[in-house]
Amino acid sequence: MNPRIRNIAALVVFGSFAILPLLAQVLGDSFLIVVATRILAFAIAALALDLILGYGGMVSFGHAAYLGLGAYSVAMLSRAGITDLGLHLLGGIAMATPFALITGAISLRTRGVYFIMITLAFAQMAYFFFVSLSAYGGDDGVTLAARSTLLGQPLLENDTTLFYATLALLIAAYLLALRITGSRFGRVLTGTRENPLRMQAIGFSPFPYQLTAYVISGCIASVAGVMLANQTEFVSPALMNWHRSGELIVMVVLGGIGNLIGAVGGAVIALLLEEWLSRMSEHWPLFFGLFLVIVVLASRDGISGLIRRIGGGK
Amino acid sequence: MTNLFLLQLLNGLQFGVLLFLIAAGLTLVFGIMDFVNLAHGVIYMVGAYLVVTFAAMTGSYGLGLLLTLPATLAVGLVLEFLVFRHLYDRSHLDQVLATFGLVMIISEAVEIIWGAAPLTVPIPQILSGSVPLLGPLRYPVFRLAIIAAGLLTALGLWFVISRTRIGMQLRAGASNRAMLSALGIDVRRLFTMIFAFGAMLAGFAGAMVAPILAVDPGMGESVLILAFVVIVIGGIGSIKGAFAGALIVGIVDTVGRIFGPIALKAVMDPAAAAQAGRVLAPMLVYILMAVILALRPAGLFGQRT
Amino acid sequence: MSLLTVQNLRKSYGALKVTDDVSLSVEPGELHAIIGPNGAGKTTLISQLSGQLRSDSGRVIFDGADITEMRMPQRARRGLSRSFQITSILPGFSVLENVSAAVQARSGSSFRFFAPVAAEAGLNTSAIAALTRVGLQDRAAQRAGSLSHGEKRQLELAIALATQPRLLLLDEPLAGTSGSEAERLVQVIASLKGEVTVLLIEHDMDAVFALADRISVLVYGRVIATGAPDAIRADLQVRAAYLGEDA
Repeated sequence: MNPRIRNIAALVVFGSFAILPLLAQVLGDSFLIVVATRILAFAIAALALDLILGYGGMVSFGHAAYLGLGAYSVAMLSRAGITDLGLHLLGGIAMATPFALITGAISLRTRGVYFIMITLAFAQMAYFFFVSLSAYGGDDGVTLAARSTLLGQPLLENDTTLFYATLALLIAAYLLALRITGSRFGRVLTGTRENPLRMQAIGFSPFPYQLTAYVISGCIASVAGVMLANQTEFVSPALMNWHRSGELIVMVVLGGIGNLIGAVGGAVIALLLEEWLSRMSEHWPLFFGLFLVIVVLASRDGISGLIRRIGGGK
Repeated sequence: MTNLFLLQLLNGLQFGVLLFLIAAGLTLVFGIMDFVNLAHGVIYMVGAYLVVTFAAMTGSYGLGLLLTLPATLAVGLVLEFLVFRHLYDRSHLDQVLATFGLVMIISEAVEIIWGAAPLTVPIPQILSGSVPLLGPLRYPVFRLAIIAAGLLTALGLWFVISRTRIGMQLRAGASNRAMLSALGIDVRRLFTMIFAFGAMLAGFAGAMVAPILAVDPGMGESVLILAFVVIVIGGIGSIKGAFAGALIVGIVDTVGRIFGPIALKAVMDPAAAAQAGRVLAPMLVYILMAVILALRPAGLFGQRT
Repeated sequence: MSLLTVQNLRKSYGALKVTDDVSLSVEPGELHAIIGPNGAGKTTLISQLSGQLRSDSGRVIFDGADITEMRMPQRARRGLSRSFQITSILPGFSVLENVSAAVQARSGSSFRFFAPVAAEAGLNTSAIAALTRVGLQDRAAQRAGSLSHGEKRQLELAIALATQPRLLLLDEPLAGTSGSEAERLVQVIASLKGEVTVLLIEHDMDAVFALADRISVLVYGRVIATGAPDAIRADLQVRAAYLGEDA
């Protein structure tokens, strides 16, 4: 995507979110903020996935695991009496890093359909781990006593503050990912997606770069989990269900892969569509599924191709 | 203790045989067509629902089973015609999205047709009851029938793959896809056949377990991912690998859940062992997969890395 | 001491011996060409030397070090760089980025996450120099995938040069180029003589005899002769095997 168009798109997207609470006040619809916070949190995860899927060419079908790790970090640390948001975020990253390192190191020894299946299987392993963790409610999950604190104060109990905190984290994640993709590291990552043989011939071993990207992506996704836990004040293994991982891929692809801001847009589109369909019919997944199948089949070179044709992007 | 172990071993075998029926078609789809199909698990579920309905209609589980086989074959054919065949040349990402969409559609459709509440179908009269094994130990006849049916299917598949012309084509395709068209084989027709036949096997598995399991809309999902684990362990595209992988996963998963905590009690205090065992047991097959992959990235019987 | 010493290298696929006990040496500064009929194992040999293919047996010694067990990236970092017979570029990258990535591989760590790589003057200057050398500097900003075939061959060469190789393995650099494009590439390769040691595989015999200091002839995976161009031209055994004439 043209950098100028991307900057404008980012400004429009983040700017619209920034003034959303005003709109909600005018409309008197406080539910809007709740939905928007959820969208923002998922946008962080979609952005994280785009970093490895769009730039690294790694189709991870297990990113929901990191949502769960972030969310459980809130539950576990809160129970231990640690309530600070910053520490919750660090806790999520501390859990996501070893998980991503180990599962990534194994998954990245393979590619193609193997990689997809193995990331899915490892996420399922994490899912079952928390399902059988009876100390935290097992399958049923656990309700949080309170949201994370900020500067020792219960500031996030206010929905609008939580909304802005999530928006700030999304923007930070976006800027971080933007820097990474434009860096030396990012060039190696993208080059490996384009042509791994060429990159090896000039002296790059793909593995350490891909693994590093995978870990960074997992850590960013865990941030999304921390914010989701705060938004719902509830943590359960359902967050790590493989359907979630699928939805994250849908978000990234709907918005157009490999340009970061598209992933944010995709999260908005996918979740609004879900929200809208679920108000129309209790059987909304049927229509969502139909939508997916039709869009893929209707565009000769896939959804990404369709978006490329419409958006004229890279 | 030995009796309990034997019992769990049989249960594991029965589960493994079931996983094999599901994984057999799927591993060919992955290996020969390089196609990611997430919708295979829902076919297994559809098979279970169909047998419930057909058994109720005909008043006989056996007749229901006989009707389910062609029905799931037809489901496979229709899906291949409507969706899969348009995705062969597409990226894995497109295949993931479209088949993920199918999972949503079919799961939801099943819920609309049959409702969300679990359904059951009675075990047929002649296969009910149990037979004596060792000493006081008895084992349900129906589970033995599942094991026998699965093993017979495996034997049949082995015969087809190693002794027939189509089997030769499948083996050629699994090791080198380009060779298929080079041999002048109608690849499209072969693909259609693999899909439909794989769907029928999955439907067969669903129909076989329906009498001993609650038939509910979520039943396809956990099985799908375990089938992936089976395929990864066995090596993509290998029926032999799927068979070995399925038995390993079935037995490790079943036996591990019971004996994991017991084994842990030997090294830690009972309360902690029970807790650790409960947490670790469901993760066991995934850890096993990780270990096998670390040692053999192409799986036990895989040819390509 | 030779820059590259190849000892008894073998590679078979089943019963087919693609390279069969290949031994040869490349001296510092020379342009050593390998010729031979199609299927003689030339590209396989290059792949074995560059580390893309693992050899069944034999040793490869580069600059005094045994590199037999090293993979391609490690060998490239030591200064053993290759070009591909079938163009292998980063199609979505700009021409400049293609070459700049190669410079980057040889200059410092790439585990740098924040500084914008596009603004690194050091990388870009070296990349432009390599592009100028092959005559592609005007195309720097263009998407590499949109270049003509001949230009892609130039880019392929520029990428290999940008890794600052001490030994350059060129796998049919002229493959598929037109007369004038080939001429231009031959000039560039000729200009490398004395500066970079080159091991060249090429089907264009005019180019080979014009460029090479020494030539080895590979037939059915074996080196059957090595020598100066004139000696090789005269070698009857070569004529028999390669040119199809009776000895």
